Amino acid sequence: MITDTLESLQSALEGLITNKMRASLTMLGVVIGVAAVIALLSIGQGVQESITGSITGAGSNLLFVAPGSFQMGGVESPSGSAASMTYADALAIADPRYVPDAALVAPEFGMNTQVIFGSANLNAKVTGTTATYQPAFGLEVARGRFIIESDVNSRSAIAVLGSQAARDLFGGFDPLGQKIRVAIPGSGGGRVSLTVVGVLAPKGGSRASDPDNAILVPITTAQTKIFDGRNALGEPIVTTVNVEAASEERVDAVATQITALLLQRHGFGPDEEGDFSVVTQADLLVTVQQVTNILVVFLGAIAAISLLVGGIGIMNIMLVSVTERTREIGLRKAVGARKSDILVQFLLEAIVLSVIGGAIGIAVGVGIAKLVDASGVTQAVVSSQAILLAVSFSVAVGLFFGIYPANRAASLRPIEALRYE
Amino acid sequence: MIEIREVTKVYQMGEIEVHALRGASMDVAPGEWVAITGPSGSGKSTLMHIIGCLDTPTAGSYRLNDIEVSGLNDNQLAAVRNGQIGFVFQTFNLLPRATALQQVMLPMQYHRNGSRLPRAERIQRAREALELVGLGDRLRHRPTELSGGQQQRVAIARALAQQPSILLADEPTGNLDSKSGAEVMEILRNLHRERGLTVVMVTHDPKIAAQAQRIIHIQDGLVVDESEKVAL
Repeated sequence: MITDTLESLQSALEGLITNKMRASLTMLGVVIGVAAVIALLSIGQGVQESITGSITGAGSNLLFVAPGSFQMGGVESPSGSAASMTYADALAIADPRYVPDAALVAPEFGMNTQVIFGSANLNAKVTGTTATYQPAFGLEVARGRFIIESDVNSRSAIAVLGSQAARDLFGGFDPLGQKIRVAIPGSGGGRVSLTVVGVLAPKGGSRASDPDNAILVPITTAQTKIFDGRNALGEPIVTTVNVEAASEERVDAVATQITALLLQRHGFGPDEEGDFSVVTQADLLVTVQQVTNILVVFLGAIAAISLLVGGIGIMNIMLVSVTERTREIGLRKAVGARKSDILVQFLLEAIVLSVIGGAIGIAVGVGIAKLVDASGVTQAVVSSQAILLAVSFSVAVGLFFGIYPANRAASLRPIEALRYE
Repeated sequence: MIEIREVTKVYQMGEIEVHALRGASMDVAPGEWVAITGPSGSGKSTLMHIIGCLDTPTAGSYRLNDIEVSGLNDNQLAAVRNGQIGFVFQTFNLLPRATALQQVMLPMQYHRNGSRLPRAERIQRAREALELVGLGDRLRHRPTELSGGQQQRVAIARALAQQPSILLADEPTGNLDSKSGAEVMEILRNLHRERGLTVVMVTHDPKIAAQAQRIIHIQDGLVVDESEKVAL
């Protein structure tokens, strides 16, 4: 029995080897389908994980208060586009009388501008903030120190660099004590010199508000010395207030307290919309997932088309070869093959093609995913479900189109199959 | 050995029914060499296909070695084709990409009665069959590398592979030049004389038919004349 199976397998292999063109074209269909699905789904999942990872990585107790309205499922208006949040609002949020469940409040005022050291020139977001920014985002200082309260009070010309920003600006040099120059937007070439007092430890993960690329300065410095951070009344404004709730359970309570406080401060009724938005991590995650889900579905659709194309490729080869194969089947039956012999032969051929093609497809697909991952364009996460989906579909198509014409031909009387034109 | 009684065969060609055989009867005794002749469309090939179990009769009785063939199922018919009959086609019907050795080993692969021969013995037997038809030096050749006569000799070797008691040849020289045809006929004659093989051959060529011991003449789906060694 075993030797029979081995021998059938051997004759299937011989059959494939004697017709290399047909075999390799069929296999190509499987390879393309499997590789495309694995690569695309891996990239989709990688993008999703890197984005959601950057949000959850910041800490799950966080809330963000921003001017303007934040639309769920829509496009977030750029932070700071409305000048409705003042520094005084941030101080009020930090007041335990108004928001008792807030543990940390870190206001932030930041914009993109040119940062220069020597010949190194970087367009980066310069973020003004306070000492509480460090614990709120769980940042660690690798060298030097973080921004302290006296820096904020005295508008010190200092900066703390993220690990990547420090590398970009200084290469291998020690940044501590060096002066970087920051362009003042709209000043026609005016610059502010800042002394680097600290470098953050690498954190990794997030890309949107990446702490590794951060250039942090005291918020007062950002508002007055670098940017024009004042509203029409001359009050200092903020682009975001980061709030850490005392615990994960208190996040919703903090959101309610802040909303009530700001509605009152901005002169709105308790049921009105307001000119600010309070967003929790959960809200952000839902919104971002809605976006990334579209991406995953989109890539999945492309992958499905690839599978279909691969499947049609397999089908074409199988159907085109049916004339020749029908005569072969007729001959095999004429010399004594049973229908079951024919089906076993074609089944084995299809299995061998699908397995080899599937294996090559997995290798190519995973290879593409790893290449994309290594290129740094985006993360790519190869999931076993993607592999399973791709392989099972291609194997199913391969088996179906391998056996279906064979089954039809094997049911004919030998002389009919032999005469098939 | 072969007893055919009142066999009919009706083909459905779209709307039209084609009566290829209208009640043909004939016998072949063991060790005989019989030629079936007739004009084209007479039903001689259809009769041959039924004898070879490649086709089934619409009605009538066909007994092969005392077994009623029309009562057999598909798998039993496959076993008969495999073990009892060797069939040689006008168009050779070789696998396009297989070597001569592989062609001859094909029927052995489907051997069912008892255990199959080990691979080495099958190769040996196929080699002997090819040597018997004078192709001992062409074992690894593919059909495209062989002449028509050589291809037909491979087909004969394949028909002999399972050591059948009957060799059926449907216009075996029909696609060959006269020299190759003569070689093929020589092989058939030797097989009949020296091995005692029963040979049934279809041909429309009177000169080829004349080499048989007996000629069965078919016309319009009926056996019209049987003659012992007709003089031409």
